[in-house]
Amino acid sequence: MRYLLLSIILFFPALMKAQDSTLIKRVPQDTSRLIMNSDVMYNRPFLIIGKSPIAIGGYLEANTQYMGTDGVTDGFSFQFRRFTLFFSSTISKRIKFLSELEFEEGTKEINLEFAAMDLELHPFLNFRGGVIMNPIGAFNQNHDGPRWDFIDRPLSATTILPSTLSNVGFGVHGKYFAHNLSLAYELYLTNGFDANIIDNTDNRTSLAAGKSNPEKFEESNSGLPMTTGKVALKHRKYGEIGLSAMLGVYNKWKLDGVVIDKQRSVSAYAFDFSTTIANQTTITGEIAVVEVDLPSGSAPQYGAQQWGCFVDLVQPLYKGSVLNFEKSKINACFRFEYADYNVGTFTETSGAIGDDILTIVPGFSFRPSGQTVLRLNYRYHWQHDLLLNPPALTSGLQFGFSTYF
Amino acid sequence: MKNKSLVIITFLFLLFTAIACEKILPPAPADEDVLAGTIPGLTAQQEKEHLIGDAAFAKIFTAAEGLGPIFVQNSCSNCHVGNGKGHPSTVVTRYAHVNGSKVDYLLSKGGPQLQQKSIDGYLAESLPSEVNVFTKRLAPAIMGLGYIAALHDQSILANADSLDLNGDGISGRPNYVGPTSFFIAQDIHIAINGHYIGRFGKKAEKVMIQDQVVFALKQDIGITSDFDMEDLYNYELGVYAGDNIADPEASASFVNSLVFYMRTLKAPPRRNESDADVMAGEKVFTQIGCASCHVSTFTTSESDIAALSNQTFHPYSDFLLHDMGVSLDDKYPEGSANSNEWRTPPLWGIGLAEASQGGLFLLHDGRATSFETVIALHGGEAASRRAAFLALSEAEKAQLIKFLKSL
Repeated sequence: MRYLLLSIILFFPALMKAQDSTLIKRVPQDTSRLIMNSDVMYNRPFLIIGKSPIAIGGYLEANTQYMGTDGVTDGFSFQFRRFTLFFSSTISKRIKFLSELEFEEGTKEINLEFAAMDLELHPFLNFRGGVIMNPIGAFNQNHDGPRWDFIDRPLSATTILPSTLSNVGFGVHGKYFAHNLSLAYELYLTNGFDANIIDNTDNRTSLAAGKSNPEKFEESNSGLPMTTGKVALKHRKYGEIGLSAMLGVYNKWKLDGVVIDKQRSVSAYAFDFSTTIANQTTITGEIAVVEVDLPSGSAPQYGAQQWGCFVDLVQPLYKGSVLNFEKSKINACFRFEYADYNVGTFTETSGAIGDDILTIVPGFSFRPSGQTVLRLNYRYHWQHDLLLNPPALTSGLQFGFSTYF
Repeated sequence: MKNKSLVIITFLFLLFTAIACEKILPPAPADEDVLAGTIPGLTAQQEKEHLIGDAAFAKIFTAAEGLGPIFVQNSCSNCHVGNGKGHPSTVVTRYAHVNGSKVDYLLSKGGPQLQQKSIDGYLAESLPSEVNVFTKRLAPAIMGLGYIAALHDQSILANADSLDLNGDGISGRPNYVGPTSFFIAQDIHIAINGHYIGRFGKKAEKVMIQDQVVFALKQDIGITSDFDMEDLYNYELGVYAGDNIADPEASASFVNSLVFYMRTLKAPPRRNESDADVMAGEKVFTQIGCASCHVSTFTTSESDIAALSNQTFHPYSDFLLHDMGVSLDDKYPEGSANSNEWRTPPLWGIGLAEASQGGLFLLHDGRATSFETVIALHGGEAASRRAAFLALSEAEKAQLIKFLKSL
């Protein structure tokens, strides 16, 4: 599998080089309609080669960083965070296919993040099936590196909600347009999480740890489908808001037909928003809450409730030619994020449980073109342990880039 | 020209950034403010071994690695957070059936310790119906244990006075315990009828650090090791209804790494030693007789770790059992230690407890949240010391507490 994938990666650049460059065309992006978070998967800078029915695209991200915690640093690191390939094709006028294959940290993790067919029955009713991205929050579907001005993904989107979360399943989605408004919905049934969410080396309740189940493309651990639904509303002038929920059962409660445990639920709720003020400043954010029905024998570090949020502000400082990049932009950006991995109090002391992190990330980004971003971020964390002891302080500089190709 | 300036500015900015890197990192807390770090004088190889042990100490066990099936916590570091004292949420419960002088630790029912947590799909343990005595134990700080392990038994016996021949009201005695199957006596040990002096544990029931590590791996985390292959079971479900992970779940080298880590953790550091109030408080501490049990200074014997050989250290303990009176009698005898007897807890590091255990939780079960409460609960042999403390002026009490916080 790994060699096949590497062959694909090596083959396509060679093919492209061998071709007349006029044969390689960029697929024009649809700018006539309101693009919502749920649309971005199909609204990427794809390339088509000649008369090939398949469009290809992708992006890569790399960075260097110098971070330290409480005065201790392991020095500089260079990180090749991810290399992602997209393949899409329009099978017929109303049948489309898209896949997204991601290599994280070299080939340490290879994930099929999306591979689904879309069948349009009506603009307001489309069938989607395959490996789909659960529409929980906005970041999970709108996570391409070049779209963001920060090197790290938001904590609440990756450690409270487990972006990128994808599962095998079927469902429907659709959109309704009226003047400057668009309303979108998505509703899917997919495989769900497993007990790793409360038994993992993260030492906390972690939906992200529940993604590692190698059987997840074959069966739902609980034998029950997980339901994910989202409703989003966008106004051309004011921006977009979304409400989403994900509900399922994570434990194996029945084995060989014998009921061995009660069904224990896992649910996640998210509110996301994005807006642009005066055609200049963009504000993007997300709030997520996770609730897990824990067995009575759980250790206290596994919380029954978690929540987190992030807000990104991006302020353009300069638009124009820089170093002969005609349409470049320089932005100032700032992220505030918080994650509480264990909401509640200790039974024994009534004292508050810690295990939280607060982060601020000021930075600059330089976009020499619409598809490439260079980023310089300064991160500062305050992280409490479970017992709410004085926080560990982490900070450092990150410099990196992300680009579609 | 404009572009040239931009390139220069960018270059200077990146150069400044690179130079400033060290300045932008958060500062390290002062060495005296943390319960971490190694004993002075370790070789580079020993420092490396310490870090391997540190990783073992922080390892989070999962069900797939043998956690449980019943357990108290899933990692050493979850009870000994930051190497410090534990939090009431992670206390262990020991139980027994006591009938007069006869103590049954209910080993056939899952005793002596309760594992109230369990892996997914397994039933956590509850107290057997036969239990009529149980006690709660808070995890101790683990700093400086290497010095205590390197003490010669004679150094401990030097403070023993079980018959109170010196008439000071204090009658500390060593707890002689039977050795574990893997115990290898060293030159520092003096045997009496095949029993050895315990120096670790709330009732001095463990002779070596290794004893405690093997016991805690199994009883606290449910991890079998080369030194103890028998898994934990919930006896309500039946023996051998276990976690189905091949035993041993931890190798001898893993256990030894943990032991090495604990042996090479530095002694808890002092703070504000030269502060006038602290110095006055130490005088009061000695004057009212606290130092009769909380002995300040010992010197180690020869050790296989050179940095631990012939070292003077200040644990503020005599490692002996003392009758602490009715208020601290937990009705739970352990070995030859009666239910009202406790090993003098070392006071070193007590001033840093609050910043590592999420508050101040003192005594063996964490019930006391202030030094004054702890002293007020002293009874038995220590009753006269408690009375002396209560008779102090408020200023003297404050000095004494300030001294304790400097430890």
